[in-house]
Amino acid sequence: MTTETAPMSMPAQNQELTVLGALKANMRDYGLLLALILIMLFFQWSTGGVLFKPVNLTNIILQNSYIIVMALGMLLVIVAGHIDLSVGSVSGFIGALAAMLMVGWRFPPEFSFLANPFVAGAICIVVGAAIGAAQGYLIAYHRIPSFIVTLAGMLIFKGLSLALLAGKSVGPFPAEFQLLSAGFIPDFIGPTTLVPAVTAVPASDGVVAIAAVQPLVLHTTTLVIAIVGIVALMFFAIRGRQRRKARGYESEPFVLFVAKNLVIAVLVLFFVYMLASYRGLPNVLVVMGILIALFVFITKRMTFGRRIYALGGNLKAAALSGIKTERMTFYVFAIMGALAALAGMIYAARLNSATPKAGQGLELDVIAAVFIGGASALGGVGAVAGAVIGAFILGVMNNGMSIMGINIDLQQMIKGVVLLAAVFFDLYNKNRA
Amino acid sequence: MSNTILEMRSITKTFPGVKALSDVNLDVREAEIHAIVGENGAGKSTLMKVLSGVYPSGTYDGEIVYKGEVQQFKSIRDSEHKGIVIIHQELALVPLLSIAENIFLGNEQAKNGVIDWDETRDGARKLLGMVGLTEDPDTLVTNIGVGKQQLVEIAKALSKEVKLLILDEPTASLSEKDSAALLDLLMEFRSQGITSILISHKLNEIAKVADRITVIRDGHSIETLNKEDITEDRIITLMVGRSLDDRYPNREPNIGDVVFEVRDWSVYHQLHRERQVIKNISINIRKGEVVGIAGLMGSGRTEFAMSVFGKSYGQRISGEVFLHGKKIDTSTVEKAVANGIAYATEDRKTYGLNLIDHIKHNTTLANLGGISRVGVIDDMTEMDVANEYRKKTNIRSSSVYQITGNLSGGNQQKVVLSKWLFANPDVLILDEPTRGIDVGAKYEIYTIINQLAAQGKAVLVISSEMPELLGITDRIYVMNEGRIVGEMQTSEASQEKIMRAIVRAEGKAS
Repeated sequence: MTTETAPMSMPAQNQELTVLGALKANMRDYGLLLALILIMLFFQWSTGGVLFKPVNLTNIILQNSYIIVMALGMLLVIVAGHIDLSVGSVSGFIGALAAMLMVGWRFPPEFSFLANPFVAGAICIVVGAAIGAAQGYLIAYHRIPSFIVTLAGMLIFKGLSLALLAGKSVGPFPAEFQLLSAGFIPDFIGPTTLVPAVTAVPASDGVVAIAAVQPLVLHTTTLVIAIVGIVALMFFAIRGRQRRKARGYESEPFVLFVAKNLVIAVLVLFFVYMLASYRGLPNVLVVMGILIALFVFITKRMTFGRRIYALGGNLKAAALSGIKTERMTFYVFAIMGALAALAGMIYAARLNSATPKAGQGLELDVIAAVFIGGASALGGVGAVAGAVIGAFILGVMNNGMSIMGINIDLQQMIKGVVLLAAVFFDLYNKNRA
Repeated sequence: MSNTILEMRSITKTFPGVKALSDVNLDVREAEIHAIVGENGAGKSTLMKVLSGVYPSGTYDGEIVYKGEVQQFKSIRDSEHKGIVIIHQELALVPLLSIAENIFLGNEQAKNGVIDWDETRDGARKLLGMVGLTEDPDTLVTNIGVGKQQLVEIAKALSKEVKLLILDEPTASLSEKDSAALLDLLMEFRSQGITSILISHKLNEIAKVADRITVIRDGHSIETLNKEDITEDRIITLMVGRSLDDRYPNREPNIGDVVFEVRDWSVYHQLHRERQVIKNISINIRKGEVVGIAGLMGSGRTEFAMSVFGKSYGQRISGEVFLHGKKIDTSTVEKAVANGIAYATEDRKTYGLNLIDHIKHNTTLANLGGISRVGVIDDMTEMDVANEYRKKTNIRSSSVYQITGNLSGGNQQKVVLSKWLFANPDVLILDEPTRGIDVGAKYEIYTIINQLAAQGKAVLVISSEMPELLGITDRIYVMNEGRIVGEMQTSEASQEKIMRAIVRAEGKAS
């Protein structure tokens, strides 16, 4: 799950940890993943097997992609000790901007390139980053509480999207833009047919009967990418472990190491297999995957990430250690803005139109995902993997409860209870330690 | 002779790793002004917190007998009920509430939860009159000066029908005139039968008003003097009178040229533009030299150090900093660190450590460049560094993955030192490096300081503990009220000499 697999508490020197001890020490990390798996199994059972249908799994990813994209930025914001309430409205506003650029406005011929989906997309990301930067500037350099700045931003951009769209929905988008949410990677290799649609079945009386069965055709490129990815992951995990051993630092017990990586590999393979049996990897999953990997790297391995954790943990101590705390805060909000823009475009592309109400309330889902993922409201604590799993827990619950036909009012209450329970469990765990 | 109103019998209070009070005895007579004196950290404030119930009964050993009865205060409320009111060094007023509201805070003049504002104002006005204030009770506390705020605190105490008033360094931040008024007030209270306990550093004030003095040193009550026996010399001797035994490692200095120099350094108060906190200070430190800055709390030592270190304190800063004879820029912490200066703060929990993170991350925080390439951290190098410094500074922990918030004070301090050692500075400023640390850990930190000097670094130690400065430094600057008021070779220095430099400066200032 993380590139840094060293357990949080280890005995003094070169001795292997007990399996139980390591499990306890990493309760939080394993617990969250386990919770996601249990929730999925529960809904698989309660929906009568619908949840794990390839088409539904693909749907869950598409439905939650924009939440996850924003959760990555929100994780940085919350770790830095702030909050961003404006992301929902900003994403809605950017969706509206994208629609106006590509569909709504009629540019004179010499400016028609602005309506090109790629140019428009780039403009949207830049505008989003600028919005985040402006809010970040007020928060970092003028010390206005982020809660207030982004609350104001939420209202402002809610109003601006209404104004931009003149209260109407604008669409549909050009086909290239729709591919962002509705597209799948092409199968360069060509499909692998495991079970053809039509099979000859020998009948008892010697006559060959023609039976129609559920066909099983796999998206080969997807499988190849998955296998390459898993091999790479295993390679890095094993190499990291060996390097640690070579330097005399002990790591988690070998049994646990193998078990953990096997479980992850099997899970990934299983999901990819499911996706491959539908239409393959959605484009948006590729974008998400790259972003998740990037943010794990930033938070775990880059000085930039380390500094954000330090300033969230103790702002004064960070400043007295030579960290430019204002600049860091500014960057964090600019990044959040860019991600909100990307999420806004994914959302608009998925609906195939920009609506004045788009994005409203999304900030709450995003924030909930980050807190379920174990981030601390006081700052300084939180992990990218946690935020992603948190978003999936919420997403799977939404999806499962909808399939079960649970009323929206009850759904909201259940989600609230889950958020409380997750944070309660966290604090309980921490106090016991 | 009047009756004893308060007796504290063999009070012992321990914190994890530190014995703050051991077997302290104090008796206070009715309607007297009883002064308690002692060095910073001697245990005066702790004793008063025991008395007022901040540390509830059960968390200390010994007995408190007040008005002939053994008391077991569970909270400040309990002691206030009996008429014992403590006024802390840091005032406990709410700045954006009015004087009247502050006076009756928690004791509102109300019927059925509805505040009677006429009663509140009238009551406040009467109480203000008793402390000699004519301010409108509706004035916000933030709009009156510190001296008057102190008087409002006392008025608040009077509203609780105080019998025993405890003042912790009440005049530390007051002007000469305000101080005199406050002391007059205490004498007037005495004539009305109110007993006061006065904690103060200012020996001239004590000589003026106190009936008896109890000297506390190292958590022990040393002696109680009557008014007739009070002399400055006597008090100083009692305050500092411990021997310098082998609590300090041997020091064989090898001192070279001047490495670090600050010239004409002036700083104004962080919030009050007009108040000059540091007044034209010039100091220098040589290669391999350990230099101390002595002075009382509030003399401006920390403000000086923090203003030099990246302008982390104050405004309108002027002056020059030289390293190896070259003028350097220390206007931001980053530049100061890059130019070879490190500052280990006096308050390691608030300013020194990320308490929710582990030793490894704290160790490398000030020098992330040293473990990374193009912004990417090499975790193996980081592990090596963290383990190396954990061993070097002898941090006792299960591993470098222990959360610093769970370490003892001594080990936390070693993490702070590790952080700055890894930043590899030429000049190391250590602000109260052994505050709240047990004797064993102190020795280890002194040893580290010695090693640093032996490596040719210039070390500046700020400390309120004079024996410590005498034990580990080569030269001492004495600071008082933002000025350097004395400089001496440690070999020729003594606690009496340092105290005298401070007291003489106090005399001049008044």
